[in-house]
Amino acid sequence: MLLRLWRDSAWRAVLFQVLLISLVLLFGGWIVDNTLTNLENRGISTGFDFLSQSAGFGIIQSLIEYNESLSFGHTFVVGLLNTLLVSALGIVFATLLGFGMGVARLSSNWLLAKVAAVYVEVFRNIPLLLQIFFWYFAVLSVLPSPRQSLSLFDIFFLNIRGVFLPEPVFDAGGMIAVWAFVVAAVLTVGLVLLNKRQRKNTGRPLPFLKATGALLLIGLPVVTFWLANGSLHWDVPHLKGFGFKGGIELLPELLALWFALTVYTAAFIAEVVRSGIESVSKGQKEAAAALGLRPGRVMNLVVIPQAMRVIIPPLTNQYLNLIKNSSLATAIGYPDLVSVFAGTTLNQTGQAIEVIAMTMAVYLTISLTVSMLMNMYNRWVALVER
Amino acid sequence: MQKEMIEARTPPIMTVGALAWIKGNLFNTATNCLVTLVIAYGLFALIPPLIQWAFIEAVWTGESSADCTADGACWAFVNARLDQFIYGFYPPEHTWRVDIFFVQLAVVLAWLMIPAIPGKKYGLVYGLVAMPITSWIVLSGGMLGLTPVDTHDWGGLMVTLVLAMYGMLASLPIGVLLALGRRSEMPVVRTFCTVYIELWRGVPLITVLFMASVMLPLFVPEEIVFDKLIRAMIGMVMFQSAYMAEVVRGGLQAIPKGQQEACDSLGMGYWKSMLLVVLPQAVRMVIPGIVNTFIALFKDTSLVLIIGLFDLLSIVQAGLNDPVWLGTSTEGYIFAALVFWIFCFGMSRYSQSLENKRQEH
Amino acid sequence: MLKALVKLTLPALLLTSAGLQANQAGSTLETVKEKGFLSCGVNTGLPGFSSPDDKGKWSGMDVDFCRGLAAGVLGDANKVKYIPLTAKERFTALQSGEIDVLSRNTTWTLTRDASLGLNFAGVSYYDGQGFMVSKDLGVTSAKQLDGAAVCIQSGTTSELNLADYFRTNGMKYQPVVFDTSDGTAKGFDSGRCDVLTSDQSQLYALRLRLSNPGKAVVLPEVISKEPLGPLVRQGDDQWFNIVKWSLSVMINAEELGVTSANADKMRSSANPSIKRLLGVDGPKGKGMGLNDDWSYQVIKQVGNYSEVFETNVGEGSPLKIERGLNALWSQGGILYAPPVR
Repeated sequence: MLLRLWRDSAWRAVLFQVLLISLVLLFGGWIVDNTLTNLENRGISTGFDFLSQSAGFGIIQSLIEYNESLSFGHTFVVGLLNTLLVSALGIVFATLLGFGMGVARLSSNWLLAKVAAVYVEVFRNIPLLLQIFFWYFAVLSVLPSPRQSLSLFDIFFLNIRGVFLPEPVFDAGGMIAVWAFVVAAVLTVGLVLLNKRQRKNTGRPLPFLKATGALLLIGLPVVTFWLANGSLHWDVPHLKGFGFKGGIELLPELLALWFALTVYTAAFIAEVVRSGIESVSKGQKEAAAALGLRPGRVMNLVVIPQAMRVIIPPLTNQYLNLIKNSSLATAIGYPDLVSVFAGTTLNQTGQAIEVIAMTMAVYLTISLTVSMLMNMYNRWVALVER
Repeated sequence: MQKEMIEARTPPIMTVGALAWIKGNLFNTATNCLVTLVIAYGLFALIPPLIQWAFIEAVWTGESSADCTADGACWAFVNARLDQFIYGFYPPEHTWRVDIFFVQLAVVLAWLMIPAIPGKKYGLVYGLVAMPITSWIVLSGGMLGLTPVDTHDWGGLMVTLVLAMYGMLASLPIGVLLALGRRSEMPVVRTFCTVYIELWRGVPLITVLFMASVMLPLFVPEEIVFDKLIRAMIGMVMFQSAYMAEVVRGGLQAIPKGQQEACDSLGMGYWKSMLLVVLPQAVRMVIPGIVNTFIALFKDTSLVLIIGLFDLLSIVQAGLNDPVWLGTSTEGYIFAALVFWIFCFGMSRYSQSLENKRQEH
Repeated sequence: MLKALVKLTLPALLLTSAGLQANQAGSTLETVKEKGFLSCGVNTGLPGFSSPDDKGKWSGMDVDFCRGLAAGVLGDANKVKYIPLTAKERFTALQSGEIDVLSRNTTWTLTRDASLGLNFAGVSYYDGQGFMVSKDLGVTSAKQLDGAAVCIQSGTTSELNLADYFRTNGMKYQPVVFDTSDGTAKGFDSGRCDVLTSDQSQLYALRLRLSNPGKAVVLPEVISKEPLGPLVRQGDDQWFNIVKWSLSVMINAEELGVTSANADKMRSSANPSIKRLLGVDGPKGKGMGLNDDWSYQVIKQVGNYSEVFETNVGEGSPLKIERGLNALWSQGGILYAPPVR
């Protein structure tokens, strides 16, 4: 009887799965039990109460209002926002550089292609952490002190404390102009979409599209600015006390991380782009050329749209890698999530399990969300088979 | 009608030869002329001073950074600490044991990678089973009359290679199992493997290493104490096996269904058909992918610096803090980068050549 | 199932490998005696307290304390395995049993006693947090540091004290954090920050790491109390006592004038206090599970507090730190140990 059940593959599968579940449960239970015993024996406190306790330490860069009297919960948010900031900066610039390098590798100019190839082979084969250290310790830390800053027109400054840029400050009228610009941007996007539809349906584009767009984008803000009697002044960084005050400050930690992430990821993106472009068959290009399209338009209208289908999935992976790699911030003290929360907060509270679990949950959420969005986009651009 | 022989014409100018090549590849359009000139100028401005700095003006031996000059690289720093960079704090009288490990590694790699050397099967067994065991015994000692050397004394390139090798050897079989599990028809197995893979692929390695270093000790009974190196290794294996699983899954998906069906019709069981028919084909197909995962793993070993282990990068970094060698960070990082680069570039070339070979068939 | 098997056998496999030692839950003393050496958590590199030389030999005050403990427990000051730990790892290492004692310039605070499951066995060095600035700045008091960038080691009490100090004085600052104290020195040296803050003892040590030590000054303000001492796990009172009394013995020895040089001679001293100290008479070590001559071994092999202080951080060292608070209570300091009686 038993032997017969064993020979029956369906039964065997059930048995096997029941066994697996119980083993996993046993193993999990063993871990939980150990952990609870250990926590109790060692008198380590547990729970999420610490999130509302006051943190008591300062953070060098915060996108929201933060001071040391706020709670550990705030440090979590501050760290998370800093992670998102450097990831966003990295993604934008890595994409630009990566696409540039990928196209350059296929350039008909031998020298340009070789330079791009050397770039790719050098930077993707060196650990990212090493590159971060290089930029931070070997490049940015030999810059001069604030008093001897390198400056451009006395409004941009570069020194060991980072890069200082002037910051536009608007009054109420100026703010209206800023909003007007946003409205103009939305309208322009609408126009472009309309144009696309019109061209698809009738084969004829909207007349004066470029001029209308430019007029909207420049004209609307300028007119409202003038009508609202707005004013704008630039908050130019200036030396005061120990360093520069005012303006926008980019920390060297941010710069080093941003730079390293960009350069490293762009090397991978370049490869993705290259294989994407190479995947478009030669006949497509030749056909486009035969129709009399100029090389630039062949690239934009024929090659890139088809290559994108191949490029998007691995590109998503590269973006996710970049976000995850931004956690290396902790090695140079850029206050990202891992550095602030899984570093300092963990250390001040000693609650490793809660802190690490929260940190992992954040990255997992980001990863799953981004891959979901990219999958949606991917479905949108995918070839519709007839 | 032509009566006379037409004399042989000279070939059109500028289609062959160096000049023609230059014209065709560098100066074919106006834009290209400009691009070429800009790059050429950039290279000209960059390379001679670099050579000047790295070789001509460089100082190769010395006792401190005072022996170095401002115009040249201070390779004396690397030279003075080379032993430490390779062996870490391994007792100097025992470093021959580390050398044995290096030699074993080189032999296995050569055996498996150079097609001309026969007996690949034995090489595989040696590399996957015998070498890890003998290496561990030789390195850590405590057996066969070898003095025990604590893992706290390990460091430098040796730790990098140890982490990479054991990480690879452990994550490959686990990855294969996970990949099979994810394609299994049993919902529980499939869910379990999918969750495991997506979980580790969704988080950064550094949090996994943090977890391994601060949480793992809490997960096991007090009687069991892992040392730091083992903890880091466990973390890396958990992480890397998820990536390995996805690579192997790619291979499994590429195997035609007919193979499995043929096995079934021959009455082979699941494991038999997997081990003898499907996996050998699938794994062979994804060797380039496996090598790429290995390159990533190799680069990732540098992250153990953050949890306080002394791998190559970490020991170079520590050396830079020595007040005697102030101001040599560029040289230190370039050295470390060069070592990592040689390994990674070598492996990526190998994987590319495999890929090309496969496409030729 | 195979996966689960792998998962279960993996720890088992590792158990058999050399990287793993089983430690008896319960008596730390038994464990130490059984393995024949003491596992001591120390700083990864802090001159004067614990730092390895080129050959990996450790020295410093924290190291000497471990040596004393090993001498008392095992009769040999060299039977110590030093485990270098960063500030972040130190408590986990002790909690998990990886080390037997943490002797790593750690400040005694309520939180650490109460919620980390650890016990401080006494104070081996009275420290306080201070500031170091570059001479060029012309700053003479910490009150002038408004708006400064401050280099600091992350995960330390100094980070919290710093925030408190600037807040109570209504000043702003920019915290530039590093994982190691070496990192802070490097950051300060390169000019990334204006001020380096840390325990004063460390400031002197870190100053030696600068490219031009003469250019930096330590400001007079001491903004916190930092009693540093060795820690053990809670729940093992015997081991707690051993660690506590090893430290007390060293302090008492200074008070009674017993040094490593004259320890042999002093065994025949007529002074009853000295007799008790050296285990010739009185309570001896049995109550703590140690040999009768344990305290003699501590002093003979390592020395009294003054010897340890002077060779590592005082006049006999490059740091040249004054005794200050760390002088005996009878000499104007606050160093005081319970009597051996």
